Formats: sequence, structure tokens, C-alpha cells
Amino acid sequence: MKEYQTISEISGPLVFVEIDEPVGYDEIVEIETPEGDQLRGQVLESSEDFCAIQVFEGTGGIDRNASVRFLGETLKMPVTEDLLGRVLDGSGNPIDGGPEIVPDERQDIVGAAINPYSREYPEEFIQTGVSAIDGMNTLVRGQKLPIFSGSGLPHNDLALQIARQATVPEEASEEGENGEDDEGSEFAVIFAAMGITAEESNEFLEDFERTGALERSVVFANLADDPAVERQITPRLALTTAEYLAFEKNYHVLVILTDMTNYCEALRQIGAAREEVPGRRGYPGYMYTDLAQLYERAGRIEGVEGSVTQIPILTMPGDDDTHPIPDLTGYITEGQIYIDRDLNSQGVQPPINVLPSLSRLMDDGIGEGLTREDHGDLSDQIYAAYAEGEDLRDLVNIVGREALDERDNTYLDFADRFESEFVDQGFETNREITETLDLGWELISMLDTAYLNRIDEELIEKYYRQDVSADDAEDEASEDSETAEAAD
Amino acid sequence: MSQAVDSETESEAVIRSVSGPVATATGLDAKMNDVVYVGDEGLMGEVIEIEGDVTTVQVYEETSNVSPGEPVRNTGSPLSVDLGPGMLYSIYDGVQRPLTVLEEQMGAFLDRGVDAPGIDMEDTWDFSPTVEEGETVESGDIIGTVPETESIEHRVMVPPDAEDGEVTSIAEGEYTVEETVCELDSGVEISMHQEWPVREARPTVDKNTPTTPLVTGQRIQDGLFPIAKGGTAAIPGPFGSGKTVTQQQLAKWADADIVVYIGCGERGNEMTEVIEDFPELDDPQTGKPLMARTCLIANTSNMPVAARESCVYTGITIAEFYRDMGYDVALMADSTSRWAEAMREISSRLEEMPGEEGYPAYLAARLSQFYERAGNFENINGTDGSISVVGAVLPPGGDFSEPVTQNTLRIVKTFWALDADLAERRHFPAINWDESYSLYRDQLDPWFQENVAEDWPEVRQWAIDTLDEESELQEIVQLVGKDALPDDQQLTLEVARYLREAFLQQNALHDVDTYCEPEKTYRIMQAIQTFNDEAFEALEAGVPVEEIQSIDAAPRLNRIATTEEYEEFTEDVETDIEEQLRAKY
Repeated sequence: MKEYQTISEISGPLVFVEIDEPVGYDEIVEIETPEGDQLRGQVLESSEDFCAIQVFEGTGGIDRNASVRFLGETLKMPVTEDLLGRVLDGSGNPIDGGPEIVPDERQDIVGAAINPYSREYPEEFIQTGVSAIDGMNTLVRGQKLPIFSGSGLPHNDLALQIARQATVPEEASEEGENGEDDEGSEFAVIFAAMGITAEESNEFLEDFERTGALERSVVFANLADDPAVERQITPRLALTTAEYLAFEKNYHVLVILTDMTNYCEALRQIGAAREEVPGRRGYPGYMYTDLAQLYERAGRIEGVEGSVTQIPILTMPGDDDTHPIPDLTGYITEGQIYIDRDLNSQGVQPPINVLPSLSRLMDDGIGEGLTREDHGDLSDQIYAAYAEGEDLRDLVNIVGREALDERDNTYLDFADRFESEFVDQGFETNREITETLDLGWELISMLDTAYLNRIDEELIEKYYRQDVSADDAEDEASEDSETAEAAD
Repeated sequence: MSQAVDSETESEAVIRSVSGPVATATGLDAKMNDVVYVGDEGLMGEVIEIEGDVTTVQVYEETSNVSPGEPVRNTGSPLSVDLGPGMLYSIYDGVQRPLTVLEEQMGAFLDRGVDAPGIDMEDTWDFSPTVEEGETVESGDIIGTVPETESIEHRVMVPPDAEDGEVTSIAEGEYTVEETVCELDSGVEISMHQEWPVREARPTVDKNTPTTPLVTGQRIQDGLFPIAKGGTAAIPGPFGSGKTVTQQQLAKWADADIVVYIGCGERGNEMTEVIEDFPELDDPQTGKPLMARTCLIANTSNMPVAARESCVYTGITIAEFYRDMGYDVALMADSTSRWAEAMREISSRLEEMPGEEGYPAYLAARLSQFYERAGNFENINGTDGSISVVGAVLPPGGDFSEPVTQNTLRIVKTFWALDADLAERRHFPAINWDESYSLYRDQLDPWFQENVAEDWPEVRQWAIDTLDEESELQEIVQLVGKDALPDDQQLTLEVARYLREAFLQQNALHDVDTYCEPEKTYRIMQAIQTFNDEAFEALEAGVPVEEIQSIDAAPRLNRIATTEEYEEFTEDVETDIEEQLRAKY
């Protein structure tokens, strides 16, 4: 292990060192300041006689006399099942006062790409108990489904609700009842906080403790006042742990990454310090690749029981989903859940706007044998009806409700009830999927069957609620049958 | 990739610096675009810049822990693909390493430094000659055939760069791809295996104007915005607009002989879906497995960025090889934006002067070079073959004015504009009919007139006009409400609604609806037109518009698409519409 005292330049989070023996790209470095502080960093660029090092904890306290040691290996995460129940800092050191972690293995945090041929396509339904997700944007095991939110919106409450309630319903679960509780399979939550406030972090930890979720969780906390550069490794440590638990210990792991916006800011900060050519809005040109290397570490592998499911959370600057962070994220992840400011101010909990939300893996995770035969058609129809109701609201603002015909008014009522009954369930309510679907039928039955063009006729016969439609659409329906008779 | 295995080791070439996917080396005697092997692990890379003694290499694999001073080995040849029987059914990464072989050698996670040839060198194939001893053959000529898959006959050709000559020996039998199947008096020994540098187009004689449509089985594409065999199309779409499903539908149902599907920088799970789905599907034309005509290239977003840059070239070179045999090839690139971003990423590592939005100044040139490799060609062996290219473009933030979309639109002739708004309403395929266009319509009309219906262009024009009118009326409706419109305009809206719901929407997940032959496409349009004509006649006869809208036969138009035996059903619907409307006056 070679030690140098040849720092030539310190700039932002970067340290440039003159060296006489080559070091590997990405290699880990230890820096000792004259005060005796130990800092860690990583080689960003390596040439024959000098290298650039990015210091995770920030360069504060480093001067040109600090000593630099190259460890000859890339950054590794010590992994073991004992990590469950522990709280670690953003660099992976325990901060909960618990015993030292004795690792089973030390794994490279960069993580190799999964061969697409070895992947198993995710199609196991995860019940989150949230109707707007289960019914309309179903999450499946091995999916990466981000929450697109804005500052001041309750995305954390939603994430917590999902972490608390997520289960795989019995009939869909492959392994049956070998788990410790009635959930059927061993479930673990990995929570990686990047640059969130101490208050937010406490909110998470308290909730984890309150519900007993902590014992099946690993928490990585890089808080707002921790070094920004550290944010680069926090999610990688978390995902390495997740992969270990999933693919070697057969856990079903749910990874919550919050807040990806802070992660990207850190990426930009380092890019700027390195004087790289910036891409859109100053973010580095390789941000897509970098984000993909995180998000793509979700999935299932053929022949392995476990799975990694990701819920990254990001706050869109200015609620703008064309901003590079949500934009690039949306291109990599398999859908997105939008938290909506208007719904939030109306008091809808969780304020999920289902129209722009999407789960790309939904179609294969639902239906007969997985959720219920009517799920796909029903959600399509609700989407269409809600979209139409939304459109009509604009019109109502101009011409008023009286100017609309009965059909349009029904759609408006539908949209209102959809928000107040289907979406607004509260952060504490856990709904079974059948409950969600039945509620969907109750609402869609406000519409006359003639308008249900996306639902198979047999399903309409089986599930359509005559009792509901009778009140609202009676007149219309009788009118229809009269004219039809007249035509015959 | 296998060309490096037997090449000599250059001495003294060592790595000078490493930064991400870009490394520099000194002491390397290399040409531009030579393939080199970097470091102790032998990571594959390509020379992209030479300055004095310093050679810059883009590395196709992860470079963690590679350090200066490690050796660099030059192969002396540019990045090439292995061409020969065995490419169909295959799934490759961006540098043509079969993913199945990689899984065998390194397990579920992609490790580094593994080399694998693109086609199996040990497999034997049943070769039957089509020329005889004594015949003179020229470069490119077909000398024999091999049954490559149940649907494709592989045609063994004289390599394009080989000398002409008289066949001195050729025999039927089982051969591996490397064994000589034919010898010429000029000393040329021909095997089934060819290598070709990916960045160079394979030679052809001439490019002809395409006049046959690539039938896609998708109503909006065949019906309103057709693409020709040998044509180019772009699918731009913001995320969530169903771009990948649209691409996959084309790959599944397009009536090409060969399909090359490139997943460039896309999601792992999505590629897995393709890899799992395709082998289970049958080709609607032949009933044979779809994979028997398909070659997949999967370089997901977290696989090395340099291999992402090369994967479109790998794909189109494979497509050209089959075109040379006289086949119609359809190539789907999903997506070209990821490819352009890979260029940008490498360019910025090289500290090149950036052009628009950080993209390199040569972006437009590279894009047009790629799309120009599409076309309807006369091959050097006299056969005709075509390559149709459908490229997906991902405009960041849905902004079509960004450089990749703009440069692509300057080249392609068909544009299927995906629309997030339509997708939100679950109108799929979410192709916006106002913004999309096809410049092939006129040259393809004769084909449709001859093969489907004489009045195809008129019916199509009627549908387009109706939809146009609807767009205009919608603006008014937004302001004053539907009921304020005169009756005839309300009726137009009703007809347009059926066009949207019964014709434009197509359910990719429905067993029947997923593929719609041109006859059915035409029939649905025609049925809606029947409703239109009858309805307007009724209106003229004084029937109130509400009553016209309320007939129960019309909503059945929506069910034609999902009905397998549609002919009779459609006729019934038309008759009922006619009867019910005429009963009112």
C-alpha cells in the first residue's frame, strides 16, 4: 500500500495527487488530514503520474501535507444478513450504537449489469393496499417505479405506507407459508436517504420503529448536512446490500431511494468541479448512464427466489416533469407515480394523480390468477372515464354545469367520486385488491353500460352494479331503450 | 467478435490514463477504429483518436480498477461482425457477443473480459450448392443454400471483396461455418462465414424507389401513415407514450422476411420481455416461430456505454447481410436517442468541442449515414433486397425541437408522432394523427389499390378529412360545449369518435386485435364510412341528431376489431345501421 504526501491541488470535492506508481480507475483512497481525521475517496481519473480523487466526506480539513493511501481495490460493501435492523450512515458505517458488523462477504458496490437473458420478467403482483396504485398502476416484484413529487408534498407518507403495507397476496405467492408471519414470504426494506433533512429522516425511523418494520429494514442515511459527494455512494451501498439479500439470501427486497434529486445535484456538483462539458441544465452528459446503473439494479433473476423492487422518490424542481432528472428517470424506470399538488390541497390522501401515472409492467402482473380477470378492462375504462371527466371540468369552468347534458354530468360526478372515494383512502387504510376492484365497479357503474366500450361484455354482465346505475342513469337508460325499441 | 483471438501481441503498448469508458495508451501502433484489448483482463475497445504517440480508446466494458501501465494489445482490424448461418434465433449484446454464451461463461451478471464469436463455429450446417463446378462466379453471387431456420433459407454468397473465378470444387454436405464449401480457380476459398466491419456499408449496385408497403398489421400505420419496404420511419415519443410497445408490435407483425431488433440503451426488463415473448409467438404470415426470422440485439442502459454506441452498427450490418441474400429486412432501433447520447457521452470524455445541447458536431452526419443504409436495393448478385429502418427517438421532455429529433426528421420519410396525452387516455397506439405523416403514401397507393381495394386512397382521405374536421370542431367545443354546434357538426364528431375508437385504437394485448390485415383495416374504415353516409342521409331527412346517435347498432362498430370472423359481423353491423337509421324516416 503506497502512501503519498504529494497533493498538488484541492478543488471542491476533488483532490489531485502526484503519484509515481499507477493506480486503478475507481480505486478507493484513504486520506489522513494533519489533524488525524480519516477521509475516504475514489479515483475519478488515473494517469501515469497524477490522479484525481473525489473525497466522499468533502475536502474540508485537507491541506497539501495530508497523506494519501491507495488501497488497491474498488469500494466494497460488507454484506451480511445481520444488517437487517441496522441504521448506517451514508458511507455504510453503523450509527445506531449497535455492535460492529461482521461481514459475510465484501461486494463491489458498482455492481455488474444483469444479463438480460438471465432476467426473469417481473409478473408477480405486489399489493400495496393503495387503490390508486394497486387498481390503476399496479406494482410488481422486480419493478422500478418512481414517485414523481414536488417539494412540500407528502411523498414520504406514501413511501412509508407502501413499505408498511406491501405484501404479495397468498394465492399469487409461490412459496406459500414459510415466512415468519402471515405475509407468506420474507420481505426486507432497504431505505437509502440522500440529502434529506434530519426531520424527514426521523419521520421515517420513527415510523419504522412504531410499526416494527425496522427489524426487517436496513437504513442508509446521508442527511442534508452530510457531504454531497457521499450521496454518490449511498445508493450504491444500499443496492449492493439489496442484491445480496435478494439474490443470495432469497429475500424480496423493496428499496426506497429518496431523494434522487439530491443525488443528481451531487452528480452535477462533481461534474462542475472536474470542469466537464455540461449537458442539459448543467447536469453531466453521462447522467442517463449513471442513473441507469442505479435503477437497472432492480429485477429478478431466473432460478433465484428473491427480487429487488425499487421505489425511487424524486422531487421535481418547479413541478416540471421535463426537467432532466424526472425526464431521464422516466426513460429508465418502468412507469411513474405522480403526486399532485392540486389533489393535495384538496386534502386527498394519498394525492396520486392517476392520469399521468403509469406502471409499464402492470399488464403482465394482473388478470386472472394474479389479481382478478376484470382488472385490466376495468382500469382502462376508469382511466378513460376519469380523463373525460377531467376534460369536462375545464369546460364547466367556462359554461357552467347546467349547460352540459346528462351524460357529461355523470362523467363529472364520476371524476369527483373517483377522487374522493377511490383515491382518497388515507395513509393508514390498507385495501385488499378485491376491495379496490369492487369499489372501481361501484364507481364505473354510474355510467351506462353502453359507454363501457373497453370492458368485455361478459365481465360487464358479471360485475356491473345495476343498483348503482339505477339512481343516476335511470332516465337516460329508459330513454335509450325506448329509442331502440322505436328503431326496431 | 472473434477476430482478435489469433492476432499477434503488440509489445510495449501500455495504458497511459483511464477515465470511465475512455482510456489512452502509448506505444500502440494502431489505425483509426482498430479493435484493441485493454489491460490485464483484455477488455475490448476501439481506437477513436490518435494524437502523436497517444491513442485514445473507447472501452466496451466497465473499467473499474484498470490502471495505467497495464498492457494494450492491438488486433489490427476494425470492429467487425461475424456473418453466417446461426444469427437468427440469436440474442446479442452491442458487440455481437451472444448473451446465452455470456450467461454460460459468467452467470447472471455480466462480468468482464469474456470474448465470444457471434456465430457458433462448431455447429454444422447442411449445405446444398446452387452452382456447379466450372461455372464462373463473381463477388456477391449466391453459390449455395443452407436451411438456417424453419422459415429462412440462408444463401451462401461469395464475399463482396473476393476475386471472381471459376468454381473448381463445390460439394453438398455438412460443414461448419469455417470450413471451405467452395474453391475458385483464382485461389479463393469460400466458407459460410464472413466478417464485415460494422461502420462500413456492404456494397450494392443501385438504390431503387420503394413501391411496396411494409405491412405492419397496425391500422393507423397501414391505413393512414404507411411505410415502404426499404423506407425509413421515426417514432418520437415522450416516456410513457407506448413507443416500445409500438416498436415491438412492428417487430412482431411486419411482413418482412427478417427482423433485426436493436434494444439500444433500454430497460433490462423490457428486453427480457422481448426475449421471453418472441420465442413464443408465431409469424402471422407463415405460422412458423417468430424467432426463426428474428435477430435480437440487447444492450441495456446499464451495459457499457461504448457498446451502446456500436450496437446500431452491429444491427444494420447483420441486416445488410440478409439483404444481400435478397430478403426484405426490417430493422427496429429502440432507441436512436440512446445511441446519440452514447456518442455525446464519449465525445465529452474526449473533451471535444460540443455542438447543440452537448451533442458532438458530427451527430447529424452519423445519423444520416446510418439511415442511408436503409433502402430498396439492387444487390451486387442481381437480387433485390430491402432494409426498412424504424428508429425510436426520445425527445427529452417531449420537446421535438431537440437535436436528435430534428436531425432524424430531416432524413426519415415517415413520422409516427406518439402523444403522451393520448397515452394518458389509454388511446393506444398513441400515434397522433394530426402530427404524423408519411411521404410514401402516393408511391404506395397503387399497391393498396391492386391488393386491397380500388378506392383505398379515397376512403383513407375521407377518414383523414373527418379527423381533421374533428380537431377543428374540438376547439370550438372546448369553448362553447358540444350542444351549441349545429346538428351536422355534432354528427361529424360522432363519426370521428368511431374512427378514433373503432379504427385508430388497437389493442396490442388482445389476441385478435393485435394484428389487423390490410383488408380488415379497409373494411373497418369502410363500415364507419357507411355509418357516416347513412347518418347524414337520415339527418337530411329530418331525423334529430340525438336519435341517430342513439341507435344500438353503431356502438357495435367498436367490436369489429376484436372479432376474428369479422367479414360477416361487419356486414351485419352495416345492415343493422342501415335498417335502424332508415326506420327513422
